[in-house]
Amino acid sequence: MTLKYIQHNKEDIFKEWLNRLKEDSDETITNVILDQNFETYGRELVELAILKISGKKDEYERQSENFSDRIVSLGWPLRFVVNALDVLGDVVFDEMVKDKYIRPENEAKVMHDLNHWLKAMNSEIINDYTVSWERTIANQKIALQELSAPLIPVFEGITVMPLIGMIDTERAKQIMENLLQGVVKHRSEVVLIDITGVPVVDTMVAHHIIQAADAVHLVGAKCMLVGIRSEIAQTIVSLGIDLNRIITKNTMKSGVEAALEMTKRKIVPLEG
Amino acid sequence: MDNQSCVKIINEWDIVSARQLGRNVAKELGFGTVDQARITTAISELARNIFLYAGQGQICIEKLYENGKTGLRLLSIDSGPGIKDLRQVMEDGYSTSGGLGAGLPGVKRLMDDFQIDSSPGEGTDIRAIKWLR
Repeated sequence: MTLKYIQHNKEDIFKEWLNRLKEDSDETITNVILDQNFETYGRELVELAILKISGKKDEYERQSENFSDRIVSLGWPLRFVVNALDVLGDVVFDEMVKDKYIRPENEAKVMHDLNHWLKAMNSEIINDYTVSWERTIANQKIALQELSAPLIPVFEGITVMPLIGMIDTERAKQIMENLLQGVVKHRSEVVLIDITGVPVVDTMVAHHIIQAADAVHLVGAKCMLVGIRSEIAQTIVSLGIDLNRIITKNTMKSGVEAALEMTKRKIVPLEG
Repeated sequence: MDNQSCVKIINEWDIVSARQLGRNVAKELGFGTVDQARITTAISELARNIFLYAGQGQICIEKLYENGKTGLRLLSIDSGPGIKDLRQVMEDGYSTSGGLGAGLPGVKRLMDDFQIDSSPGEGTDIRAIKWLR
């Protein structure tokens, strides 16, 4: 009975639902509603709700998957979607009361039905959102890992590792691994670690760099730290960190020059 | 209080948020790049100590206006295991985790004023101030 009612009064329900959403909305939600696609998607959401109550399981599942994928990609806030479903339930109930579809003897049953499908839809949508977030985070993690410790051979025997951004335990481990693998693979004699893009060098970062340098020494290469900005130099001194065992240069340029010198080469301008 | 903002330290990424907050406040107060680096490094050390030793806690940044001077106060509060021997942790090179052992004495040198209170089993409370010159 609930189903029939909703199908018959779809238009009214939709309009009332839209009105109520507009009434109690804050800025983020107004932005969603003002979107020109909102009506289309809003209608689809109502249709979807009807499919859900009508018990056409297969069709519903197919449609809902598409729908939530699109909603997620539109960037609707989850709390808006959840709220919209809530309001939809309220509207249906209120309309049914208004049209005297609900009488004391069937009130409990209608309430129960409405709640039942609302809950199910809610949890499905939340689930879809979560899946999409988890996917995004997993992808970003992979992307970050690929970016985290690149090793670039620049001259024969000279390799550069530019570091950008914060260094956490996970990344420090990768820096060490990539350094050692790369030194062996590229037969590097000198490795330059560039920290121009590292915003803060605290004791932990310094500790990891020292360890990496020690390990590079063990596999028979030399490690040079370049890109030390003046404010970083001052904080390193205040912290009392001893970087004497590592060769340091302030820029990548002077680092490369020093590395060439260490491998008995230099850059000279062409004559003529 | 309007002049204070806090960051909860629960995972390693919260250290970055705490640092970011500190850098923003320092910039706002007019600290130069070197002092900004000192302040963010100090926050980094304190936040990492919370993460490593206490598991969780809070870093608060406070703007200070006292006797015509402007400053920034760092508060590091946790209810972790606490520190048994305060003198020992303030010594350079002392570490229980295989680190460099320069963290707390380093923070003391990075900041102008440094105060530490800790009792075993109850947690640690560190206050450090940097004055604007």
